[in-house]
Amino acid sequence: MTSEAVVHGVEWTVKELFVYPNEFIYWSIQIVMYPYMTGLVAGAFVLSSLYHVFGQKDLKEIAQFSLVFSLALLPAAGLPLLLHLQQPTRAMEPLLTPHFTSAISAFGIVFTTYGLIVVSEIWFVYRKFFVEQVHELKGKQGFGNILRLNVYRVLTMGAFDISEEALKVDHKAAKILAGIGIPVACFLHGYAGFIFGSVKANALWMSPLMPVIFIMSAVVSGIALCMLTYIVIMEWKAFRQRRKGGTSLAIEIKGAETDIINTATKYLLGFLVAAISLEILDLIFRGYTAMKSWDILRSVMYGKDFINIFVLQYTMGNLVPFALLLLPGRSMKRTVLALLLVLFGVFMMRWNVVIGGQAFSLSFSGYMHYHIPIIPHSLETFKEGLFGALTVIATPFVLFWIINKFVPSLERGEEVGH
Amino acid sequence: MSCSRRDFLKQACGGTLASVLPISAFTFLTNEEARAAVENANVRWAFLVDTNKCVGCGLCVKACKTENEIPYDAPVTRTWVERYVITNDGKAHIDSPMGGRDGFIDNVINGEEIDPEKIDKAFFVPKLCNQCDNPPCVQVCPVGATYQTGDGVVLVDREWCIGCGYCIMACPYGVRFFHPVHRVADKCNFCYHRITKGMNPACVDSCAFDARRIANLRDPDDPVTKIITTERVAVLKDEYGTKPHVFYIGLDENVR
Repeated sequence: MTSEAVVHGVEWTVKELFVYPNEFIYWSIQIVMYPYMTGLVAGAFVLSSLYHVFGQKDLKEIAQFSLVFSLALLPAAGLPLLLHLQQPTRAMEPLLTPHFTSAISAFGIVFTTYGLIVVSEIWFVYRKFFVEQVHELKGKQGFGNILRLNVYRVLTMGAFDISEEALKVDHKAAKILAGIGIPVACFLHGYAGFIFGSVKANALWMSPLMPVIFIMSAVVSGIALCMLTYIVIMEWKAFRQRRKGGTSLAIEIKGAETDIINTATKYLLGFLVAAISLEILDLIFRGYTAMKSWDILRSVMYGKDFINIFVLQYTMGNLVPFALLLLPGRSMKRTVLALLLVLFGVFMMRWNVVIGGQAFSLSFSGYMHYHIPIIPHSLETFKEGLFGALTVIATPFVLFWIINKFVPSLERGEEVGH
Repeated sequence: MSCSRRDFLKQACGGTLASVLPISAFTFLTNEEARAAVENANVRWAFLVDTNKCVGCGLCVKACKTENEIPYDAPVTRTWVERYVITNDGKAHIDSPMGGRDGFIDNVINGEEIDPEKIDKAFFVPKLCNQCDNPPCVQVCPVGATYQTGDGVVLVDREWCIGCGYCIMACPYGVRFFHPVHRVADKCNFCYHRITKGMNPACVDSCAFDARRIANLRDPDDPVTKIITTERVAVLKDEYGTKPHVFYIGLDENVR
């Protein structure tokens, strides 16, 4: 291969008119995935906190699920950053020599803090369950049982007291952690917005609204994903009950599911309105002030990226699901379609920010087009291509499946945790 | 082992403190303190480009690539030359194929043939790192791998750069790129290995027309400093507040 082929970005960047020689689309699909996955984490946590902190009882079941799901999502939020680094073996350096004037330097600290909060909250919520499992599994034979017994033993961390008083303390601790977790979750994501919003060289990114827009759309996507996964899992459960002949139980499951989804939808719509308002405000402000960069921004927004921004993001991703959720007679199928569209809309918003921000040259005299590598033929085209992105998307579901084996977040009827 | 919750918390707090205290013995230096420790108050490197003298031969780009071991055929470069052709319809035609390495030998710009009769004005503008006084690339580096020396030049530590690309995004001038071989951020450093030994940067030595010159702003007798301080010079994109230190003679409103 010639030396040309290893220049980062050459593979997927096509230049048009005058672009500085060193300009390429350096931040590609993984940097689209990073705020997207972080947003899902933050949103899932906020949804669970609505129950734990504000006592929204009707959200109880989805709250437990979304708390555990946000833990499963967490590694997937850091993964894209790791995959996009040119020197992934040096990934720990921001923790070793943090340079605090950089927004990225805080990532490790914020990410770890947030991770600890989520893990501790889950521990307090499920401690009683862990202890019960240890008692139940004691003395049972078989490799699986012994393995599970030992895992649960470790998970109790030696705290076997499940008296009413001790559980009260657990409950209080979980509530406090959920309370602290909300600002931290918002910070985790707001600061992802700050990473972009503070780049003064980039005319599209630089905006003080960016962190707030990111938080709002994060909550939207987080709630949507939790609702969607919840629906799929509950439908599957009801389906299995029906096949077993337990029709009444299946109807019960579906009834509870409908209640929860109705409530969660209200929150989703509220945050969706906030997110869209802020984005439109940002757009109007740019057009009205018409700074030097507006000519090229306008040509990108209303010309080159029109389909991506106005058709896919605003219409398909915001307007259509908004109508689908609001119009009367909403069925579960329609909800699922709306949720899928919401998730797609938020993804397109990330795409339009990250890729759209690099669609024009710093010279304001040329354009760059991004062609995502589909079939990988090298490590780089895998990492920063379609399959790298799919790997990131699949990770949380695999992790959830594993975590859920030990921390059953979908049990109904019996008292698990609080 | 019996361990009450209180004991557990006590021991956990104690252990955390014991592991954190030794770390706090290290002190964080502010940028100014760090600079003061290595400050060389007698030197502040700057650069002067006389666009009136540049003929767009591309020798500076060739010299730079060779001197600084940037793969010759890679489409990235530490310095480049831009061609500006303003036609009588008011349109600015700009290009810099391969950074202007091979010169500009035809009338075709971005696939469009320019009729010489219709040209109002045309000129070349060499570009390189501006060694800003307020460098955004240094500000955003999460690990401090890119830093400003006491004499004003911004350098990159190839052993410590994690390759996140944030500095590349933060530079309004587009001077940064990933080195194709070392896979870390790279950019012009005024040939720091040469200027600190009393030599000229490679591009300055290779320019037959004196279009590129290096200056020490702290030396009032430096002939190039005299030009910068006494004649009318301009900088690129001062609206970003970066305080660039590459000065230009003969800039035009069309220059990007």
